[in-house]
Amino acid sequence: MIISRLDFLYRAELNQETLDVWIKEEWLIPAGTGAEPKFSEADLARAKLIRDLLDDMGINDAGVGVILNLLDQMHSLRKVMADMLPAVREEFAAPGSGAAIDPDQGRD
Amino acid sequence: MKDPYEILGVARTATTDDIRSAYRRLAKKLHPDLNPGDKKSEERFKEVSIANDILSDEAKRKRFDSGEIDALGAEKPQQKYYRDYASEAAAGHPYDNPSGYADFADSDDIFAELFRRQAQQSRRAKGADLQYRLTIEFLDAIVGASKRLTLPNGGTLDVTIPPGIQEGQTLRLRGKGAPSGGEGEAGDALVEISIKPHRFFTRDDNDIHVELPITLTEAVLGARIKVPTPSGVVMVTIPKGSNTGAVLRLKGKGVLRRNGAGDQLVRLKVMLPAEPNAELEAFLATWAPGPKYDPRKDMQS
Repeated sequence: MIISRLDFLYRAELNQETLDVWIKEEWLIPAGTGAEPKFSEADLARAKLIRDLLDDMGINDAGVGVILNLLDQMHSLRKVMADMLPAVREEFAAPGSGAAIDPDQGRD
Repeated sequence: MKDPYEILGVARTATTDDIRSAYRRLAKKLHPDLNPGDKKSEERFKEVSIANDILSDEAKRKRFDSGEIDALGAEKPQQKYYRDYASEAAAGHPYDNPSGYADFADSDDIFAELFRRQAQQSRRAKGADLQYRLTIEFLDAIVGASKRLTLPNGGTLDVTIPPGIQEGQTLRLRGKGAPSGGEGEAGDALVEISIKPHRFFTRDDNDIHVELPITLTEAVLGARIKVPTPSGVVMVTIPKGSNTGAVLRLKGKGVLRRNGAGDQLVRLKVMLPAEPNAELEAFLATWAPGPKYDPRKDMQS
């Protein structure tokens, strides 16, 4: 679902100035650029996370950038791992086939 | 609910600063977004933030200390965290960052194949499921109904409530969720049902219970009286000499289910006239029920 800029400011409890900074820092990357960016529910949850980092945990602006960068890497890694798991599982389910160990097996 | 001081690990005499730093320490450790793979962190974090809500606010803390509110008073709605979206997001979303494994990816064909499949998968990925809550009337839950839900974006959603739905049950409306970002099908709408209590009916699984007040005359002499059921009023015969606590079973007048309906259980309750009644008093003064009439005979020691 697409959230308009005004809706987003209201639901994330942000002012325009702060939002501009967050977008400039690429903490938030809304779809569509210029005066009318389009936000998603994921952007909203991410804004809430940034607020938690700043307000609840007392992390400073530099720290937020570092944490978001590492979190994004972690999520991408988790995704790769999740995508690989089925293949790994198959390998364990058929022990002795050795397909992953012997690249020539199964080739004609 | 545990004691909020215990949850934050601070003394009851802790200062506002102590509380803030205790909360910060726990939030850094337990925030669900900082523990993407740990489902349990959410429950613990929720506890901690409820405790903090109470103790960080002078006024609320005072009211808690004096026993005016309990820790449950601050129950929070279910929140979706960023990790919930990040784990569902398709490859190539704006926050995707492969720096953590780019070195493996460059040197390995398995990754190239994996990314090709990911891209394909994300094109075909189904849209997200959307969650809603709907509160319905007690009787609608028993006999079924159709309801229209107004969505936050102004749209509407027609929900058919099947007869016999239970508190907390979730209805899945196929294809009524968010549209797919690519060519996949739309997600589902998940509607969690909660049921308002009724003025006089209560429900136990498929049976309906109701307490029915009757007059002394109806109890002693028997009567045919009207009894409300979820599907309308029915005539019921009260046998002669029915006492308070006697239960009449109305077969099939309970919750409608595919495999037959439940029953309605009517518990009788004999009510004396609200005002003292001189005639009744005069009659009872002359009435001799005999030695067998002793309702407390089982209580004698």
